[in-house]
Amino acid sequence: MTLVEHAVQAMTPLMWAPDRWWALFGHFLALSLMSIGGAITLVPDMHRRLVTDGGLLNDTDFTASIALAQAAPGPNVLFVALMGWYSGGLGGALGSMLGIMLPSTTLTLVVSRWVATRRAWLSVQAFQAGMVPVTIGLLLATGYLLAPPVQTQPSALALSVVVALLVWRTRISLIWLVAGGGLMGGLGLI
Amino acid sequence: MPDSAQTALQPVEALARPASLRELFWAFTVLAMQGFGGVLAVTQRELCERRRWLTPQDFVELLASAQVLPGPNVCNLSLMIGDRFFGWRGACVALAGMISGPMVLMLTLAWLLGEAANVGQVQGVIKGALGGIAAVAAGQIVGTVLKLAAPIKDHVLGWPVCAALAASAFAMMTWLRWPLVWVLLGLGSMTCLGTYALLRHRAQRAGAPT
Repeated sequence: MTLVEHAVQAMTPLMWAPDRWWALFGHFLALSLMSIGGAITLVPDMHRRLVTDGGLLNDTDFTASIALAQAAPGPNVLFVALMGWYSGGLGGALGSMLGIMLPSTTLTLVVSRWVATRRAWLSVQAFQAGMVPVTIGLLLATGYLLAPPVQTQPSALALSVVVALLVWRTRISLIWLVAGGGLMGGLGLI
Repeated sequence: MPDSAQTALQPVEALARPASLRELFWAFTVLAMQGFGGVLAVTQRELCERRRWLTPQDFVELLASAQVLPGPNVCNLSLMIGDRFFGWRGACVALAGMISGPMVLMLTLAWLLGEAANVGQVQGVIKGALGGIAAVAAGQIVGTVLKLAAPIKDHVLGWPVCAALAASAFAMMTWLRWPLVWVLLGLGSMTCLGTYALLRHRAQRAGAPT
């Protein structure tokens, strides 16, 4: 990973680039309503818009944004803020986050309120109950796709399996698991 | 009748609720700051088990809606939960709690990494630590989902059907590599229609016992 080396050509956090902020805002605004299943599903499209066509971000910064946001605390969507940051400093980060969040947040609020007042409807109950098994399958798939590959990182995969069992069966604090994983990785044990 | 169906679905269990917008904000900030590599696992742990604001069933149903709507699942979830307790102000406060703390932390981290970039030795350690955290994050998701799967045993469709549906969704995503939207529209709509037919059948039987 080039997480560190990319930052050498650091942009200044307080750079003034309203044109760039506006462009980032527009790109993410356009993508927001397509982000079913999370912003991470749009990564190929973001790459095309920001890196290939837009020239707003280089390849290294693009991948580093995703890697860093995956490991750092908070919702994974914050990788969008990092992309904005690497492209346009603080203003870029804010513009990008506003763009990706505004449309989807508005829609979610409108739809969930509509649903909440109609909880007694059979169709609403059928939807809420019916989607549950599908949701469980999809989330399992997410965990599976994020897990380290068995061929190249068998010990990291073993760690994932142990963590899954611990989370499922015990009440061990999640933060300890993260700390343990980070420590083992940092020391080169996995 | 819809009323009886609704009470039948909801477990009678005293749940807690946040006392103020401030408590809501801090609850979401605290949980988001613990969510390395994804917040879903820690959200379930904090809101269902520690604070007891939601039952696991509530949680998985809200999550199902959050999944279908555009936007990050956990952000949609925080909007819905905030809205449930304090209306639209609650929704905004919960989302702000979920995002602002981690965003400040991450931008600071990115900035520090930029400053520390010249120290080459750090690079290997950071790379290793990130790999370890990623492995833990994947495990956390799987463990949480296994836990969330528990309410399935009381599901209208029966647990074997539910397990088969979950397995199909899993296979479509991992093996067939279908786009998520296809899975949601195809499998999701079929499942919802089937559930609807069953619920209606039940409601009719309950309404007019013969």
